[in-house]
Amino acid sequence: MSGAAYVNHADLGGRLGLGNVEPEANEPWFHADWEKRALALTLAMGATGAWTIDQSRAAREQQPGYLGMSYYEVWTGGMERLLADRGLVTAADTAAGHAVDPAKPLPRKLLAENVPATLARGGPTGRETGEAQRFHVGDRVRTVEMPEQIGHTRLPRYVRGKTGTVVLTHGAHVFADSSAAGTGEAPQWLYTVRFSAHDLFGPEADPSVSVSVDAWDSYLMPA
Amino acid sequence: MHDDHHHHDHDHDHDHSELSPMDARVRALETILVEKGYVDPAALDVLIETYETKVGPHNGARVVAKAWADPAYHARLLKDATSAIGELGFVGRQGEHMVAVENTSGTHNMVVCTLCSCYPWPVLGLPPVWYKSAPYRAKAVRDPRGVLADFGVTLPAGKEIKVWDSTAEVRYLVLPERPAGTEGWDEARLATLVTRDSMIGTGLASAPEAVA
Repeated sequence: MSGAAYVNHADLGGRLGLGNVEPEANEPWFHADWEKRALALTLAMGATGAWTIDQSRAAREQQPGYLGMSYYEVWTGGMERLLADRGLVTAADTAAGHAVDPAKPLPRKLLAENVPATLARGGPTGRETGEAQRFHVGDRVRTVEMPEQIGHTRLPRYVRGKTGTVVLTHGAHVFADSSAAGTGEAPQWLYTVRFSAHDLFGPEADPSVSVSVDAWDSYLMPA
Repeated sequence: MHDDHHHHDHDHDHDHSELSPMDARVRALETILVEKGYVDPAALDVLIETYETKVGPHNGARVVAKAWADPAYHARLLKDATSAIGELGFVGRQGEHMVAVENTSGTHNMVVCTLCSCYPWPVLGLPPVWYKSAPYRAKAVRDPRGVLADFGVTLPAGKEIKVWDSTAEVRYLVLPERPAGTEGWDEARLATLVTRDSMIGTGLASAPEAVA
């Protein structure tokens, strides 16, 4: 999170020209052995507490080559960026292909015997907040506009500045934007808000289609 | 590098003495992270084994089949999916906050993550490549009928389609419509009709004659 402009290359909802979906029959869990290792390293490093899941999403989505990368390449590149930013892996380590510089202390280490319990616990994001619930099911709400390069956010571009209806409430959750920026969990009320495709994509959109997003309180205002 | 290569006992033989760039890159990273003491190599093996052999859409299929067969469970699933799914032992990472959305004669549901690859791991396992791909993430919210066509699925013209974009830590499981002609089937038999794609909303449950 330095002064450089934040560019999110992963916000793809509603973009045109990206082609058709190509399902793979009988798709295997992994397409190469390195994908297994990349998955496991990502989960094991996530469990150390070196960064939050929101910081890892921010690291992944800022990669300029994002659209040309496979998903495990995205994960690997994001992890390398997180490790480098924190000095957990240095340029000298990478150049040598071995640990050259001393390790830095981390909050936790995931041991093999603790894997089942750690996965079963997961990372629940429900929290208490002293703030009152501002919206209820059925309320009409409008999403905020945001500058293009605001930093990590979970309000996609296609749904900014749009009017929809609250359809679910989820209590308060860790606010992803704050967690990604390293400024704490700052929990907020979380809502599911549904929009007509017409309101999102214009009058030619399919009138039978609606789309919801999960939106934190600060993304919303009364409509 | 070649010595390191032979420490890994997978099927690469003399025909594959060159590592792919990603293979080399991830191996070097693993070496560094293990040498630094940040990760336990045995934990990596357990993680891989878990997601290769234990977790997958067979879990979600049990949830759906039980909801079809057991009205009380069906009600619990729609009221508090995290707890109802947890009754079957499917809990934890990427399923901490579950919501089940039910397909009916009038409504079809489809789940996407336009910002990354959020997916309900405890019930469906790791997401397929297409779910994480740019085309699906771009198209699902703008043209879900077009996505269904890519999967060879056509819905009645007037049927309402609700797309759920998982932008926070809530994870959605589609409860597909129970196929006709399955009256009296027990849960185990019903579960054979429940495909992964039917629980994402890019497919429908299989017809009974398709699995007979």
